[in-house]
Amino acid sequence: MSVAALERPRIHGRLLVAHDPGHPAHLSTYGALPPFDRRRMLAEVEASGLTGRGGAGFPTATKLNSVAQHRRTTVVANGTEGEPASAKDLALLTRNPHLVLDGLAVAARLVGARDPVVAVASLAAAQALDAAIAERAWERARLVVVPDRFVVGEESALVSAVRGGDAKPTGKRPFESGILVQNVETLANLALVARFGASWFRAAGTDDEPGTALATVGGAVARRGVVEFELGTSLGDLVSRCGGLTDDVDAVLIGGYFGRWLTYDPDLRLTAEALRARGGALGARVIIPLARTSCGVAEVARVTRYLAGESAGQCGPCVFGLAALADELDEFARGRGGNDRVAQLKRQIARRGACAHPDGALGFATSGLALFAEEVERHRRGICTATNLEPVLPTP
Amino acid sequence: MTANRELRVEMIKCDAFGYCAELLPEIIELDEWGYPIVSGEVTADLLDEARRAVDACPMVALRIARRQGRPSRSAADGRRRSQ
Repeated sequence: MSVAALERPRIHGRLLVAHDPGHPAHLSTYGALPPFDRRRMLAEVEASGLTGRGGAGFPTATKLNSVAQHRRTTVVANGTEGEPASAKDLALLTRNPHLVLDGLAVAARLVGARDPVVAVASLAAAQALDAAIAERAWERARLVVVPDRFVVGEESALVSAVRGGDAKPTGKRPFESGILVQNVETLANLALVARFGASWFRAAGTDDEPGTALATVGGAVARRGVVEFELGTSLGDLVSRCGGLTDDVDAVLIGGYFGRWLTYDPDLRLTAEALRARGGALGARVIIPLARTSCGVAEVARVTRYLAGESAGQCGPCVFGLAALADELDEFARGRGGNDRVAQLKRQIARRGACAHPDGALGFATSGLALFAEEVERHRRGICTATNLEPVLPTP
Repeated sequence: MTANRELRVEMIKCDAFGYCAELLPEIIELDEWGYPIVSGEVTADLLDEARRAVDACPMVALRIARRQGRPSRSAADGRRRSQ
């Protein structure tokens, strides 16, 4: 496949189109990275409208410009993907590692970093990158393998881990001290902008949210896995590309374990703006339609317990608050929990951690309780309508 | 000059000793696990007590800072450098 195949209408493939992960296939698909002027490229990235693909959606150009102002800079590619329901970074790193490494080289050049690092937490990702880095004798990139925990992907925790410290959040924002942390999918997109320019990049997606994004689709679809979609694609179209729903579905988790439970609506556009309007977020695009035959209350309780256990253990409201929340959700699953207690815990958890972990987990849990309110009521009467007790949301 | 100050808790450092709530109950309450919840700004008449609470914290987890509405930290840095 060549660059021509990257143009409309076959735009579904930008990031995962190389036919094997080796460098020759990479070159025949995308061509060589052209030389570029630093200032012009920063302007090009800004014009592209590229935003971070790790979950927060921060404008990439803003971050690049901020870091570029520092005298000493570092770039870290974040391929840790600590969320068990997400597989998109692993798919990208195993199928197309060179596009990520190109992006890392571009970012390093743009901010003046000499010793770029790529951080991963899984053996498969490490092996793919190790092989790819060995093929690129002309440049430096250091592979660092960090502990495979949920919280390690948080920027300040990752920086600490890469430096040999604890993989725990520090409450500081790395880019304010000259450290650029970018998700690997963001870097792959940066490599495409560097090759083909902003207007090419903007040919996919919407005006406000251009480009494509990778999603991990799980739950009640025929073919679970990682798909690339244009931002603005409807939820129904994305699900169709995964072979359609396998069951009746009322609820969908969008944005993963820091995301929100929403009513399943095939017309929902997959953009940050459309999700925000419904109180949700695209996050890192974990999308899990839940079959009516599964118990939403039990799923929420089980994953909240997992998230409580993944607290870095530093902030009291996170350590004790999430554990108490998980206890209460277990009570809900048994038909006993109280909304007053949840509201009381919410007040004591919200916005009180040094990182996004407690708020993310809180949003996941409370949106689930709200969406599954009828099922909660049935549980109180001793009834659970679920017929399939297999866990749906993955936890390690 | 004394207006628009607030008390910030560095939750990573805080170990729930609770001295701050003893010394400054006007704007600090403790959650059910003993960690402080700050509910108001540090007004001029509370400034001395707030400073005592900051000094009393064994974990050095408290500080008095200018209230929100200030320029972002990067903008503030830029201004400092240009001075």
